This record gives sequence, structure tokens and C-alpha cells, in this order.
Amino acid sequence: MNKKDIIICRCEDVTLEEIHQLLEQGYTNIEELKRLLRVGMGPCQGTTCMQLIQREVSKFLNIPIEEVKTQKVRPLTMGVKLNAIKEGASDES
Amino acid sequence: MKASYVIIGAGISGCSIAYNLAKKGVKDIVVVEKDYLTAGATGRCGAGVRQQWGTEMNCRLAKASIDFFSVAKDELGYAGDIEFKQEGYLIVAVNEEEDQQFAKNVILQNSLGIPSRKITKEEAKEIVPHLNTDVILSATFCPTDGHLNPFTMTDAYYQAAKRLGVTFLFREEVKNIVVNDDKIDKVITTNHEIHTENVINAAGGYAKEIGDMVNINIPVFAERHEILVTEPIEKIQGPMVMSFGMNIYCQQVPHGSFLMGRSNPFEKPSHNIESSWQFLDEMAKTVCTLLPPIGNLRVIRQWAGSYNMSPDRQPIIGTTDLPGFYVACGFSGHGFMFAPMTGLLLTEIILGEPLTIDITDLHIDRFKSNQQITIEKSVV
Repeated sequence: MNKKDIIICRCEDVTLEEIHQLLEQGYTNIEELKRLLRVGMGPCQGTTCMQLIQREVSKFLNIPIEEVKTQKVRPLTMGVKLNAIKEGASDES
Repeated sequence: MKASYVIIGAGISGCSIAYNLAKKGVKDIVVVEKDYLTAGATGRCGAGVRQQWGTEMNCRLAKASIDFFSVAKDELGYAGDIEFKQEGYLIVAVNEEEDQQFAKNVILQNSLGIPSRKITKEEAKEIVPHLNTDVILSATFCPTDGHLNPFTMTDAYYQAAKRLGVTFLFREEVKNIVVNDDKIDKVITTNHEIHTENVINAAGGYAKEIGDMVNINIPVFAERHEILVTEPIEKIQGPMVMSFGMNIYCQQVPHGSFLMGRSNPFEKPSHNIESSWQFLDEMAKTVCTLLPPIGNLRVIRQWAGSYNMSPDRQPIIGTTDLPGFYVACGFSGHGFMFAPMTGLLLTEIILGEPLTIDITDLHIDRFKSNQQITIEKSVV
């Protein structure tokens, strides 16, 4: 299958080809790939793509996958509407 | 290894300085970054670029920087997209004091060629239809303010600097700077000893610690500022909407998501950049009041970064008492939008060239005497 047609990050429509292009340019840190391609920045927060990207970095650098650092995990765990947060705050006060 | 100049920090300031020095023909420049490109404040910023300031200096720096951003893609020969969008900043006045101050700001801005204007709240609603005009008195609008992608913009400087021969050392931390007889001898990092006579401190939130290594007291401190991003939707908002009184900035970026932040008046100086639920609560209340429909959007992620705060909320750029030790810090939350001028002007200072903008007033010595400093109030 063509690399152009393989979607790695479904939230942000990032393909395997785009990942490989940046790896070849020397951006081998997942935080850098995230910032330049938006992988892991969508609603799922990298739940789907991060292991796939770790595997690609591991293959490219020829290092064990456990040595490829993932991105910093940030809140929230799931999307919550701002209105719900606002109302939640006033309920509790 | 040896270097003519060691630049500490690969945020946008460090990359802009590296590019500008290299463009003037300086060889053997080394940039040392303790993490990855844009790991510090640059990669965490609100991504807005504005010219509506309250001090003449900030207005001048901002205008010239935006002039550069508008041609940056070509000037830097960047293949990617820096996502420069000029759809303005709408700054709303929420009390009489702001209303009067903004009228004065606009006169100052106009005198410097910045096309801002004072508008009524009805006019503001035409520009941002979902604005709640019940909570504002008036507004100012500058159509040439806007947005840029901080990652790709910094990457553009980085790639251009690399093509000009600049060496970047990532994931290397500066541990010490050795000075002998009032002269810099070397920079010691976690992996290298770099022999050099010149060091440029562009370390953002850690600028003070770098100054301490050479006994130069820089009156700055790091302060956490938090921010969040929502899910993307179709475009409904052109300009950044900002209020100092309500303590909010909120814009829809080209990607479709909304970025918003506010500051915590009780925040203590520290390097803490963790996210807090308190911010989420306050941010939700504020944005739902000023821009009610945004309340229907889901928060995807929140994060924080450090402002490097100076006593007058204006940058510190220039030489210091130690020959060969230069500073570009204290941007107080606005280093991203001033970066083109930071790089150009510090390069002109270092090479002894005439200054494109006279920034003598931004020298660190302004804090030594009891001279009156002009405090920038237009800061969130």
C-alpha cells in the first residue's frame, strides 16, 4: 500500500509518508513530530497514533521501542464542553 | 569544540538571533538547547501577533516584526506553512479607565503608522458577531494584527540558520559558563566544553539562572501562564479577542480550534508549568461570559508555559557589564511576536552597526538607576 494512503493520526489526517519525510529530515523526537504535524493533538490526544509513531521512530533510529519517549500527557482525559465546566464550577461553590 | 558565539535557547528568539548573525556573515555559531526546538515558551505561547501596545517601544518592535512576518516565508525560503493570518486583534474595554486609556493608545499607535482604531461596541459586534456586548463599553481594532504558527515559524528560522552554517545542539543543557579576568572562556554543557568569548542568553524562563552563572543579576523571573485548546470547528471568528480587565485572550486558529488563556494574578514566581483545574474553571467562566457560543465547544487539551517577567514588562535586549555576554530576555509573554526585531537588533548591537530601531532604552542598565521606567499595562 502507498505510504500516502496510510493514515497514522486519524484526528489530524497525518499519513505515514509525512511521518517518514520528517524523520528523514532529522526530526526524530516525538514532541517535534507532534508540533510540526499535529499528530496526537486531536480529540483522541494520541491514544490511537502514538504507539504507531513510536514504532516508526524505533525502526528509523534502530532502537528498541521502549526507548522512544512518547509525548507529554496533558489534561483533559476526554473532551468536555466549556459550558459544562463553568456549570460544574458553580454547582460546587 | 569552539564557537564565535554560543546562543543559549532554541526558542524563536535564539533561532532568530542565530539566523540574523549568520546572515551577516558570522561563522561558527552554536545554539545550545536543553530540550527540543520550541520546547520552552515559544512552543507554548498563544500564537498571536499584535501591534496594539501602550508603550512606544513595544509598538515599534511589534510593527517592524509584523512587517517581517508578512514576508518571512520568502525571506527565510521556507517550504512549510507558517500560517500567517492577518485578521486583527479586537481589544475590548470593560471599564471607563480602559476606555480612556485605549483612546490614548490608539493615538500613539496611529502616530507610529499602526492602523488601529477606536470603535463602538456595535461595530465590535459586526466584526465578532458572537461577542457579548453587554459586558463591554467599547473596543479597539487593528486589522493587521494576527496569528502565526509558532512551531513552523521557529522551524523556518531554524532551517534558514542551519543552511547558513549554524550548529544546533539539542538535548544538551548549559551547566556552567567559565569566566576568567572579566572575559568569557568557555560554556560547559552536559556533553561538551565549548570555547567561546561570546554568549547570548536567550533562555526564556531560565534567563535569570544563566545570568547567575556569570554573576550578572538580571531582574527577571519565571511565571506560569496557562492556556487551553478546543476541538476544531468551521471558521466563525477572524480576529483575536482580548480583554485586560476580564483577563482573557481567545482566538480561532486557521486549524479551526480555539486557543484561549488568562493569567493568574496570584501566581508566584516559579518554573512550575503544570496545568491546574483552577485555570480551567476560571477560563470557562470568562469565555462563556464574553463569547457565549464558545461554551459549546469541548476542551481538548490544556498546558502551561513560562513568561519571563521583567520589572516594566518590556524586553531586556543588549550588552551587559560582562564583555561578550548579551541578553535577550524579559519579554513578559511577548517574545514570540517580537522575535524578528530581537534577532535583527541584537545582531546590530553585537556587530556595532547602526540600529534599525533605537533600543537603548531596553538596555539592562535601565533598572540600575532610579530613573523612571515606563510600565507596559497592555498585558494579559
